[in-house]
Amino acid sequence: MMDREKLERISELKEMWEKELEDLKEREQPAETVSGQPIKMLYTPLDTSDLDYETELGFPGYYPYTRGVQPNMYRGRLWTMRQFSGFGDAYDSNQRYRYLLEQGQTGLSVAFDMPTLMGYDSDSDRSIGEVGRCGVAIDSLEDMEILFDQIPLDQVTTSMTINGPAAILWCMYLATAEKQGVSLDRVGGTIQNDILKEYTAQKSWIFPPEPSMRLITDIFAFASEQVPRWNTISISGYHIREAGSTAVQELAFTLADGFAYVEAGINAGLDVDRFAPRLSFFFNSHIDFFEEICKYRAARRIWARRMKEKYGAKDHRSLKMRFHTQTAGCSLSAQEPENNIVRTAYEALSAVLGGTQSLHTNSMDEVLALPTEKAVKIALRTQQVLAYETGVANTIDPLAGSYFVEAMTDKMEAEAEEYFQKIDDLGGVLSAIDQGFFQQEIADAAYEYQKAMDRGERVVVGVNRYRSGEAPEIEILRIDPEVERKQLERLKRLKETRDYNRVSACLEELKRCAASGENLIPKILDAVRAYATEGEITAALKEVFGEYKEKPLF
Amino acid sequence: MEDRKIRVLVAKPGLDGHDRGVKVVARALRDAGMEVIYTGLHQTPQQVAETALQEDVDVVGLSILSGAHMTLVPRIKEMLNENGMGDVLLLVGGIIPEEDTEKLISEGYANQVFTPGEPLEKITAYIFDWFKAKPGS
Repeated sequence: MMDREKLERISELKEMWEKELEDLKEREQPAETVSGQPIKMLYTPLDTSDLDYETELGFPGYYPYTRGVQPNMYRGRLWTMRQFSGFGDAYDSNQRYRYLLEQGQTGLSVAFDMPTLMGYDSDSDRSIGEVGRCGVAIDSLEDMEILFDQIPLDQVTTSMTINGPAAILWCMYLATAEKQGVSLDRVGGTIQNDILKEYTAQKSWIFPPEPSMRLITDIFAFASEQVPRWNTISISGYHIREAGSTAVQELAFTLADGFAYVEAGINAGLDVDRFAPRLSFFFNSHIDFFEEICKYRAARRIWARRMKEKYGAKDHRSLKMRFHTQTAGCSLSAQEPENNIVRTAYEALSAVLGGTQSLHTNSMDEVLALPTEKAVKIALRTQQVLAYETGVANTIDPLAGSYFVEAMTDKMEAEAEEYFQKIDDLGGVLSAIDQGFFQQEIADAAYEYQKAMDRGERVVVGVNRYRSGEAPEIEILRIDPEVERKQLERLKRLKETRDYNRVSACLEELKRCAASGENLIPKILDAVRAYATEGEITAALKEVFGEYKEKPLF
Repeated sequence: MEDRKIRVLVAKPGLDGHDRGVKVVARALRDAGMEVIYTGLHQTPQQVAETALQEDVDVVGLSILSGAHMTLVPRIKEMLNENGMGDVLLLVGGIIPEEDTEKLISEGYANQVFTPGEPLEKITAYIFDWFKAKPGS
């Protein structure tokens, strides 16, 4: 905080400077962020005159964690370089994972194919043409065992992007660890398990919201007892942003979802400090460099404050927002795909300056198809250059104290608070989903963005400016249709050789438990161990829980 | 055409949930003066063809970002043909590699394919031009 005299002097000087501007012309492109947030030409001490270092920023590892969640941040340990990947069948992806680990990647991140994400087996009618296309096809424990063959699950942590059927895939992973002789208390990783953003953005849902929330709190309870190193949820803004939201919407809607899970846990009778330390987050890193950095800083501060003040969390781990970041797929262009390497590098830099715990950098060809090995390697190298060559990891939160960055961080926090109020007025997150609030907000923002692009106000180089018109000359990964046939064959063989009586008994027990309200995880684990397939387990739960139907709007 | 509005069904066949593009396009077509029906997500080919028939549309736009287009588009086209809707303008949008685009068009499964980065106006203009050029309209 500055004294009044000095501020008055700065104010006078600023007026002089403003006079100077009157005769100067400004460039035509609007001075606003990619989210349409207007940006001033200059920020001065006048913009941060009421900033209180102790209460607004504090020290890294200390409340309100604006500057980072660990006291030493990257001076202690760099972020985890975690490339999201999966394609074809379990054999194909196992090979890719082992390649990435050999190249120095420090954690795994599994992408499943669409049928797996939606709870269908590869042999379902709904799966035709989709098996192994967007990710790896997993139908049963057998596939999971192959996926992690020769990868020691007590040494590698794994993140799995799975939501509707998260409990089932998680149980398959735990059962695989058991088979490797690794006890559950030594297994570490993350399941996305964030169903709320499925209804609003990513749209891979299975069950209606209420039973879905129950599955999530069952996971919280089971993990806190038996799998203490597991991050039980990764509350995700990534998909909200990809669906077209602004940065503030991503911030506000993600945190609102986070608070809804906290409330669900508390309402299920859990002590907040028993499960909140294992909640983690997942953000997008879009192309607007400073806006993103401010978003991460604001997110940490909002989370810490609310967890402490509203939910009464006492364990400092409950207050710390740990997050993964992925660079923005939607910022990339199909035209001149090599330019995407540059975009991704800037986005990675803002994630690191924002203090991320782990990072995925997109490959240049992901607008066209799943990435080739070469493209993935460049993406990983981008992170390694950032970490080891640029020196940006040497000091913590280096942009703190910037008039611009602090003013923008405050502004984003205030705008997020306005959204929290709106959501409360609508009756909370579930009710706002039901009324289509998030969906409409996101659709509106996406349409505005596209129109700004079509008008040329939003520039994407090689797309609506400096367009060369040359067709991209780039090798892309093709998924062999044989994958689907081979996967179906293996599934058929499994169904013929397993003990069907045991499977069927497990599924009956699961249905009973679903109707009763007991914790479902031990029952799902039993079913998985008996080689019940994902589709069979999902179908059994659907009988009790029903299915979600969206009201389509645009 | 008579003076009725061009009727368009925009659909999301298959399992992928990426609906940003389809919603933006749906709104642009509506703003351009067309009658737009959006199916919502996770439609089977059968559902798409049935809705097209019930709604008596002139255009069907399919948005597919899961890589399943070479399976889904031909199936939908065949079902539309079976429903006597072979002359419907069939457009596809999404992440479609160049050689698949050529194949879908040359084998008659789609009239045109739009990929990421196309201005909205290009899509609306394409539809209007199509009906202007159509004999008897």
